[in-house]
Amino acid sequence: MKDSGGTLLTLAGYFAMMSLFAIGGGNSAVPEMHRVAVDVQHWLSERQFGDTFALAQLTPGPNLIIVTLIGYHVAGIVGALVTTVAMCGPTCVLAFFVGRASERFKGAVWHGAVSRGLIPVTLGLTAASATVVATTSDYSWVALGLTLGTALTAYFVRVHPLWAFAVAAVLGASGLI
Amino acid sequence: MAFATISLSGFGGVLAWSRRAMVEERKWLTPEQFNEAYALCAFLPGGNIINFSVVFGSRIRGLLGAAVALAGLLGPPLILVIVVGAVYAHYGDLPVLRRMLTGVASAAAGLMLATVAKMARPLFRDRAVVGPLIAAVVFGSIGVLHWPLPLVLAVLVPVSIAYSWVRA
Repeated sequence: MKDSGGTLLTLAGYFAMMSLFAIGGGNSAVPEMHRVAVDVQHWLSERQFGDTFALAQLTPGPNLIIVTLIGYHVAGIVGALVTTVAMCGPTCVLAFFVGRASERFKGAVWHGAVSRGLIPVTLGLTAASATVVATTSDYSWVALGLTLGTALTAYFVRVHPLWAFAVAAVLGASGLI
Repeated sequence: MAFATISLSGFGGVLAWSRRAMVEERKWLTPEQFNEAYALCAFLPGGNIINFSVVFGSRIRGLLGAAVALAGLLGPPLILVIVVGAVYAHYGDLPVLRRMLTGVASAAAGLMLATVAKMARPLFRDRAVVGPLIAAVVFGSIGVLHWPLPLVLAVLVPVSIAYSWVRA
């Protein structure tokens, strides 16, 4: 790769920016990762993005680890490390300082307003993530049924994600999807 | 702090697990402290558990504690996921594997929808209009139109916070 330095800078820039807008957790940034990696930079195909998301879900550890996989795909191990640091660095610095200062603004009026104001935004982002994930990869009517079935089950019963994934993987392997 | 690394590596990215390890087994935090720290981390941008490890580590041993907790949390999955990535690079085109991953992605989308439904319940209480409207606009612009995230949030986050401020 001739322009590997440039690629690494691009990776770092996009993911550092993205991390600060990941409101309500890592999954909120999934649509933005998709936009950058598939639509803008063409690092991954739709199917590869869907696969990468699924692999990150299956790997133990924070779900945000999907960025490591994207970085690895784009620029190998160095890419994986650069992307991970870019995605975690800015927010970790923020968490460090806010964590220390939080005693001071506990119970402040604006704190409650900010928390409540972020809820609808997080809600919209999570719905967007579900849609983006569902519309990547080879999405069929059976897969849509699986999505809705999982949603209904998880809404009414407590399901451990790994059980849902195990059932889904077996259904997939059996050729139903 | 060496034992923190070991314990945190078992974290698994699952909230319930970390709570059991830190509150019930090791008694590093009281349940109240855990809830307070977790609420703070859910409110900050970025991965909730990742932020949690930083806040938790820094409260125990300052900067060094934060760094060790973070390394303990991220190190093992980082190595694992790179192995996974390498395997996928070789075998990603196998039809069976592809179908399995499609199944998992479909189920993961379903789990996210269930989360949305649970979060939406309190939002629709007392005939609120603005909250659901903001959620719908975020969903439409990001999920359907694929607009850039920073652009959309730079407009809607201030609007949403201003509204909940005025109403309070």
